[in-house]
Amino acid sequence: MTGTVNEEDASIAKYLRQDRMPHIWCSGCGIGPVLGCFLRAIDRAEIDPDKLAVISGIGCTGRVAGYVKLDSFHTTHGRAIPFATGLKLANPELKVVVFSGDGDLVAIGGNHLIHAARRNIDMTVICVNNFNYGMTGGQVGPTAPFEARTTTTPYGNFEFPFNLPYLTCASGASYVARWTVLHIRQLDTAIAEALTKPGFSFIEVIAPCPPVYGRMNKEPEGTDSLHYYQERSVVRNGADPKDADIDLNGPIVVGKFVDRQRPTLWDNLNQVVSKAKERATAKAKV
Amino acid sequence: MTEKQGLVGEFFINGDVACAEGAISAGCRFFAGYPITPATETAERMSLRLPQVDGVYIQMEDEIASMNAVLGASWAGVKAMTTTSGPGFSLMMENLGLGVMLETPCVLVNIQRAGPSTGLPTLAGQQDMMQARWGSHGSYEIIALSPSSPQEIFDLTITAFDLSEKYRVPVLVMSDEVVGHMSEKVVMRQVAPESLITRRRPEVEPEEYLPYGTDSSLIPPMAVAGEGYRFHVTGLTHDERGYPVMTAEAQDRLIRRLVDKIRLNKADIIRYKEIQVEDADVIVCAYGITTRIAQFAVKLARDKGIRAGLLQLITIWPFAEEHIRELSSQAKAFVVPEINYGQIVLEVERCAGDRARAILVPHMGGGVHSPEAILEAIQEAAR
Repeated sequence: MTGTVNEEDASIAKYLRQDRMPHIWCSGCGIGPVLGCFLRAIDRAEIDPDKLAVISGIGCTGRVAGYVKLDSFHTTHGRAIPFATGLKLANPELKVVVFSGDGDLVAIGGNHLIHAARRNIDMTVICVNNFNYGMTGGQVGPTAPFEARTTTTPYGNFEFPFNLPYLTCASGASYVARWTVLHIRQLDTAIAEALTKPGFSFIEVIAPCPPVYGRMNKEPEGTDSLHYYQERSVVRNGADPKDADIDLNGPIVVGKFVDRQRPTLWDNLNQVVSKAKERATAKAKV
Repeated sequence: MTEKQGLVGEFFINGDVACAEGAISAGCRFFAGYPITPATETAERMSLRLPQVDGVYIQMEDEIASMNAVLGASWAGVKAMTTTSGPGFSLMMENLGLGVMLETPCVLVNIQRAGPSTGLPTLAGQQDMMQARWGSHGSYEIIALSPSSPQEIFDLTITAFDLSEKYRVPVLVMSDEVVGHMSEKVVMRQVAPESLITRRRPEVEPEEYLPYGTDSSLIPPMAVAGEGYRFHVTGLTHDERGYPVMTAEAQDRLIRRLVDKIRLNKADIIRYKEIQVEDADVIVCAYGITTRIAQFAVKLARDKGIRAGLLQLITIWPFAEEHIRELSSQAKAFVVPEINYGQIVLEVERCAGDRARAILVPHMGGGVHSPEAILEAIQEAAR
């Protein structure tokens, strides 16, 4: 996308702030395709756009909030999830979607991610994982594969990464999927499913970052990454997420890993309100 | 969320509970917090009371999350509050700044304990007063109130919500452990919903709405999520549309307005009480729990024939600088007792200039001053 949005793609264009184009994302960046999938999913999932809020943190993906023609909040680094938690609990009619990157959601915001999953709050989190801090120039992130090169791991990453499907599944998410930006149709479906799934839904999208992570890891063009995804992606719906680690140059296990029913935070809160009301028929005790 | 009333009547309760009840009376229907001594009782009270009035109480994973959840709730159109103490207050600072930048009405209560660091968790301090003013990065103005009793924390929590809704800024209630934990009679008055201030709402169609478009009031009407306005707000420097603009000119316009909307309304925001100030040569300038010891010290001084008076600062920020300037031509000295090693005294000193002395009576925390310590300073000032 440069300059103007393809007018024929009205299903996307109506949800974009076209007065904010061109966007800031680099050529070959994976965020745009993910945003496209999300915008298409709004109609597909029959979501009322007036009741849909997008909350982002900081970073390249964090800029999504500024490009969508919806109620949208560009918050602080790592804090999109707790902001969205307040928004949702104060108005449960809202559909809240957190759209942010791996550094934002998993490093500085990692605690909020696991607690939101634990609560099973009705919320969809879309995590664009490009394995590095793109906006600040390509530093190592918490999902960067072991031995990956970044601007702060010139000798290779000496830390092990998070496996995000495994993490969010263990934390209690109701829906967990991982796709790459090559899997556009599957991602369209996954986001629509996540938007209508009661409880906490998490979608990780593996995405290229050609100018920094890609350049340092033999994927200097966006298409290099897509070729890699094509060759190495293994679709395994229903796979145990503990088997979905990502190693440098290894396979990328993609698919829908978790789709289960658990009471949501709001279900449980409503029970508390009922109990409180019963007891409050006796006057509030001081 | 419905508009049910708070409790009405006379109660014997501690300051923390009074704070929570003040919030309920003010129409607060969302609380997010994290347990911390000596503020925990506020959260416990809210967890009991909010479900009774169709509100939401949630314990977050930390104070950073609590502050953000409060901001989110406010953007859903609900009056929201968090309470904390020293270490938690520090953790809230970054996103207090987000609240200032997004112009988000909300209330943050700090039941101060002695620091730095973990310090004295169960004992009093007034050591976060400058942090309240300058704790978040950047150039901004904030409103902070300081209660000296359970009754005042009840009343001032309501005032805090009114001011935050009116000026679209987070308002701080800077209490302390002694006020939080002391039990006294609190009269909970009937608070009619129509007597409370609620934020101005947009009166234009969504297509014409500018999230940060203002008139002469400098305070923009606020849409909330889910009403079809489809607005965007950001912590980045932004224009009237709420869109990021990365220029010094946009920064100039925005920061001037954020600061001026408070500074130009100081007369409306600043509150103080005076006792025997009319003829005073020495004025004790105090706030919070320290006011009450100061009041006794002033009486002891009067008994000794010293013309002493008491100025209780209720609004701490913005600072009552004009008033202190005026008083500095009348009095020869200000005595400033505070449970820290010198914070508000710096402001008094600045405003008094070379017209009157400002004498600090410090207490390092863990208790309150003795009246004699303040009396001694009054006597020294009167000499």
